[in-house]
Amino acid sequence: MSWTWFHKLASPPHAYRILGSMAPWFGWASLALILLATWWGLVKAPADYQQGDGFRILYVHAPSAWMSMFTYVVMAVAAGVGLVWRIKLAHAAAAACAPIGASFTFLALATGSIWGKPMWGTWWVWDARLTSELLLLFLYLGYMALRASFDDPQRADRASAVLALVGVINVPIIHYSVNWWSTLHQPASVTKFDKPSIDLAMLIPLFLMIAGFQLYFGWAVSRRLRGEILRRERNANWLKEAT
Amino acid sequence: MTPRQKRMVTVVAIVAGVGIATAFALKAFNQNLLYYYSPTQVHAGEAPASRSIRVGGLVENGSLARKPGSMEVTFILTDYAQKVPVSYTGVLPDLFREGQGVIARGRMDGNRFVAEEVLAKHDENYMPPEVADSLKPHLDAANSAAPGST
Amino acid sequence: MDLQKFFEMGGYAGYVWTSYGLTALILLWNWWAARRSEAEAQTAARRRNELALERLS
Repeated sequence: MSWTWFHKLASPPHAYRILGSMAPWFGWASLALILLATWWGLVKAPADYQQGDGFRILYVHAPSAWMSMFTYVVMAVAAGVGLVWRIKLAHAAAAACAPIGASFTFLALATGSIWGKPMWGTWWVWDARLTSELLLLFLYLGYMALRASFDDPQRADRASAVLALVGVINVPIIHYSVNWWSTLHQPASVTKFDKPSIDLAMLIPLFLMIAGFQLYFGWAVSRRLRGEILRRERNANWLKEAT
Repeated sequence: MTPRQKRMVTVVAIVAGVGIATAFALKAFNQNLLYYYSPTQVHAGEAPASRSIRVGGLVENGSLARKPGSMEVTFILTDYAQKVPVSYTGVLPDLFREGQGVIARGRMDGNRFVAEEVLAKHDENYMPPEVADSLKPHLDAANSAAPGST
Repeated sequence: MDLQKFFEMGGYAGYVWTSYGLTALILLWNWWAARRSEAEAQTAARRRNELALERLS
């Protein structure tokens, strides 16, 4: 099997150019979707029968929690590809994901805490869902700290990729924690093999917000990855054109 | 095997190895990962009596009573099989209501569970009030049909 | 639409607005940090190129 197409796609100048032309599209589309979803979620969606208007925190909490796990999977896959095919661009992509994922994880924890106080009656509990999500934050932070501790980018890539792969096991644990163990956090409303347990009028803005966050991630990772490419490519001819 | 294939095997082995190790570890610590015990487990003596525990269940319809002139409330926790009477003094969360899931932390005092903290658990359902009203007859029918709920 | 009712959020104003405000803050931080990371790398790359050119001449 020939992998030349793969390596060509992963060539830094090619990727740098493609990312640069894609980023604005991601950026504007995500801005439009997030604004639309915010209006829809705060104004147009009906209040919940039990939580009233307090349930509207769902529209920022669930998308950020989703993104915290999605970003980690992307990071781990990129790290794995980087290890197997020795592609620097894949390692660079994994490195670009980490700070974005960490910020989404922090946001999911913080908004969850703010939501938990009035509804559950507590800011924080050590149940399996909340604890595993906190572990995800530490995995991101550990990944970044590990990278920063190496001077040699190649060794940083390899060591951090192993950590990313080891940590990926936490993602299914977070997702299924609410089904496997008794937790204070309720089971999934949407991501299950069943009809969503959320009314359609409330579901639409949630999907819009998730799509908006997803595009926003596309924008942020494009920008950061372009930076990573430039930092790794020393004295290459195309750098002259790129800058 | 080419070096690339070897590396591929290594990556798969790392993920699989960590996955299996974690699965065993979680299985061993399963009991500690349970955030609360059900009334059935309490009655079966599975919950330790010596230390503070959490009991989770539904607040039985019609069981909530407030002591006049104090913050003390009493209610019955049920999982439709067994019941645990609970007393609690303090502020209840917004979602606390009859028929709703709650988790109480405290210890058994004879037959009664004395709670130091009561947290409301909410389910995964979100709907507007009109939809909830239209579903209500079904829900009530389902509740009264459940064994041991009366 | 009743604006005052909207801002009150059925009594959950503090919780709802803090959550949305925090979200806006994190999204803005990411936007700023990603831009800065790219811009810094570009400046550094440009400087490296200039140094290389100087050495050649």
